[in-house]
Amino acid sequence: MIMKKDYIFEDARIRVMETGLLTKADFEQLLAEPSYAAALNFLKDKGWGGPDAPKNAEALLQAEEKATWDLMEELLPQSPLLNTLRLSRDYQNLKAAVKQIYTDSALDAERLFVEGGTIPSAKIRRALEEQDPEQLPEEMAEAAAQATEVLARTGDGQLCDIILDRAALKALLKAGKEAEDPVLNEYAQVTAVSADIRCALRAARSGRDGETIKEMLVEVPGLDLADLTEAALNGRQAVSDYLALTPYASLAPALSQSMSAFECACDNLLIERIRPQLYESEKPGPLVAYVIARENEIKCVRLLLSGKLNGLPENVLRESLRNSYV
Amino acid sequence: MGNLLSLALTTGAPAAAEAAPALLNDQLGIVYALLGVALATLLAGIGSAIGVGMGGRAAAGVLTEKPELFAKVLILQLLPGTQGIYGLLVAFVALGKIGVLGGEAPDARTGLLYLAACLPIAFVGLLSAIHQGKTSVASIGLLAKNPKTFGKAMLLPAMVETYAILALLVSILTVSNL
Repeated sequence: MIMKKDYIFEDARIRVMETGLLTKADFEQLLAEPSYAAALNFLKDKGWGGPDAPKNAEALLQAEEKATWDLMEELLPQSPLLNTLRLSRDYQNLKAAVKQIYTDSALDAERLFVEGGTIPSAKIRRALEEQDPEQLPEEMAEAAAQATEVLARTGDGQLCDIILDRAALKALLKAGKEAEDPVLNEYAQVTAVSADIRCALRAARSGRDGETIKEMLVEVPGLDLADLTEAALNGRQAVSDYLALTPYASLAPALSQSMSAFECACDNLLIERIRPQLYESEKPGPLVAYVIARENEIKCVRLLLSGKLNGLPENVLRESLRNSYV
Repeated sequence: MGNLLSLALTTGAPAAAEAAPALLNDQLGIVYALLGVALATLLAGIGSAIGVGMGGRAAAGVLTEKPELFAKVLILQLLPGTQGIYGLLVAFVALGKIGVLGGEAPDARTGLLYLAACLPIAFVGLLSAIHQGKTSVASIGLLAKNPKTFGKAMLLPAMVETYAILALLVSILTVSNL
């Protein structure tokens, strides 16, 4: 008899791990730390980086990211469940490989590529070097060919980025839709909405026409690309007014305020949407939500530490403070 | 069948035809009663095995990170195990009355009554143990987050037990008074 996987063991272990996530009070305390060194010590006291915590903040954050993914690998060995969350790294590596080959750069691979994607970065580079698209998934190979051709023809790196970013979002939405757990679909949609709006505004600011802007965006349920493009051409406030009429209305006030407030609101929206997973059991949702929460937490800590290092005042740093999952 | 055949050979077919319903009646009684005993043991036992198994997997997940919670999660894991014991209890009482461990073999009507008497603990035992297992899993999650909530965490799956106890009472009172 084939038993359906019930994730009881995995969810119970994640319930314990959730107790180690930073709470709102922890973030407030981190924010109130008088210096960068004090903030780093606060994190170490919380167990970040383990017993041999690295002295460097970036190394500490990378160690935490690695610990999260190592835990997932231990709980779900070779499972495709979390591939949706890894996709962005694949496209980041693809972008680096396309540009490295075009510029014939001899930069160290470690500096260009990130690990933890679904495809090893060396394989992506080899596929492009050998011009063998069959080594890559179909959508990725198509995007790589288009980006390479545009880069060779125009030398426009920004256009190359746009093609690959769009392909990455399309792949993310497709993976989210087909994913085993609906949390991944939520993640894909919120990520795509945030990217679409940022892309539309950036393109409008750089003087691109409506048709080009529309082509740069990806279809997301709840957003009308023609309306969004039209609003983008009329500025940030017009996009905010349009957003207020969509299912993403909660993001509109933040967009009126500033782009960084909007990015923060997108992260908070995602956290709100995954929060019900705190009370789920026997499903993969709590595992997915934990990874998203952990990445969000690390991103927030990185912003705070960078602000502390650069001596930014507390009220400025507070703007980038994200909601805690727990 | 062997008895009926030898009766037919020694006394002739008409006598065998008269004796057949009575013999069948006697034998069917024990079959029905044993079917009830089997269902009480099997279904309640299967339910408990599933429930305790679920609790065990959740307990293992918590103990990987917090081994100090062993005693508390063990209690929560074991809660769905009682339905199997209730099924066994009803089965023992029935076996003691139907000529297996004591008493005498029932006729077909009484056998059917034994079967009916065993059904409450069989089915309620099966379903309540599975649901108690699910509640235990949730309670183990609660305990993982806050070990001080042990009392509350234990009460939640214990509530499901109420219905297994009601079914046990009905089954055991009926079996005892047949």
